[in-house]
Amino acid sequence: MVFLHLFIVNKSGGLIHHRTLSPKAPKISTNEWLRIGSTFHSLHAIAAEASPVKFPNGKNMSGADDGIERIVTGGMELRCLQTLTGIKFVITSEPAPTVDLDSVLREIYVMYAECVCKDPFYELEMPIRSELFTQAVDTLIDRVEKTGHAHMSKHR
Amino acid sequence: MSRSTNVNILDRPLGKGGTSRSSALDQSVSLSSFAYLFSEMVQYHQNRVDSISELERRLEATGYGVGLRVLELLAFRAREYKRETRLMNVLQFVSITVWKALFGKAADSLERSIDHADEFMIVDYAPITSTFVSVPSDFGGLSADAYLSGIICGILEGAGFPARVTAHSVDMEEGETAPASSASTGAPLLPPRKSKAVFLVKFNQSVLSRDAAMG
Repeated sequence: MVFLHLFIVNKSGGLIHHRTLSPKAPKISTNEWLRIGSTFHSLHAIAAEASPVKFPNGKNMSGADDGIERIVTGGMELRCLQTLTGIKFVITSEPAPTVDLDSVLREIYVMYAECVCKDPFYELEMPIRSELFTQAVDTLIDRVEKTGHAHMSKHR
Repeated sequence: MSRSTNVNILDRPLGKGGTSRSSALDQSVSLSSFAYLFSEMVQYHQNRVDSISELERRLEATGYGVGLRVLELLAFRAREYKRETRLMNVLQFVSITVWKALFGKAADSLERSIDHADEFMIVDYAPITSTFVSVPSDFGGLSADAYLSGIICGILEGAGFPARVTAHSVDMEEGETAPASSASTGAPLLPPRKSKAVFLVKFNQSVLSRDAAMG
């Protein structure tokens, strides 16, 4: 079970974090990353309009905007979690993942709320430079690869 | 909203403890609330200073006021009729009583410096002020624990032991890890900390000579 990439897009479409999670993942340059971030943001918005099927009452149950949640391809699988504040957490992995990618994304969201939002030196919507966040993501990915599930614990 | 006249607010315990309430949840404040409030306070000061040392001084000044009040409160609650006059006793008061009242557990160790007779160190493996903070590399040696060193300074000066207290982030050596019990009060989801906080307390010469004269 190999994760390939993780990237985080803020609500205006700018890339605030990107990370390679395994040496098997293809190398992507910084400019490419910025392009991927904004392209994904636009596609996410377009998908909601282009979709032939809408949620009842036009409302998404999780409160976040409608958009791409999952892309399944021959070479990889992509999952996106959009939060109520418009931040998108996107993770890619090898095809046919054995872990629940959605719970991994939710754990990463928790890490974001803990390490990034509580850091007084972080400006909102700016690129994430928090060492604590990168360490936390590393620990989480290691744990998922070893035990096969993201540990969901009660938090305040 | 009418104030209850039965229980005096000064008699109500801070945090856990006290037999009047049943669960600790009624007493304590969530770590997240404190973290957000503290983060906002640091940002408030950061917007008004020009240098890193000025920021550190402001955090210490903020903690100083807290220290003076905590000293009065805890001395009152302990119902001691005599104030502390010996150096070691006041240091133990700070590292055990004050720490327990503020953070729920005693400080991890109190050490005396070998090189300097007037220096002592209080060590905490996981202070809550720096649990969520990542200091950018261009900020030098700033530690958000300067707030805590301000609290210690306020307590010592209020008790009559003027001292200079500074906070340092020291990387933990191989094999030295925070005790497992701290994980229950801290954030169990975060990776283990790489550095501990050491509060260096340097007393004024007058304090040491007075303590020596007392025998």
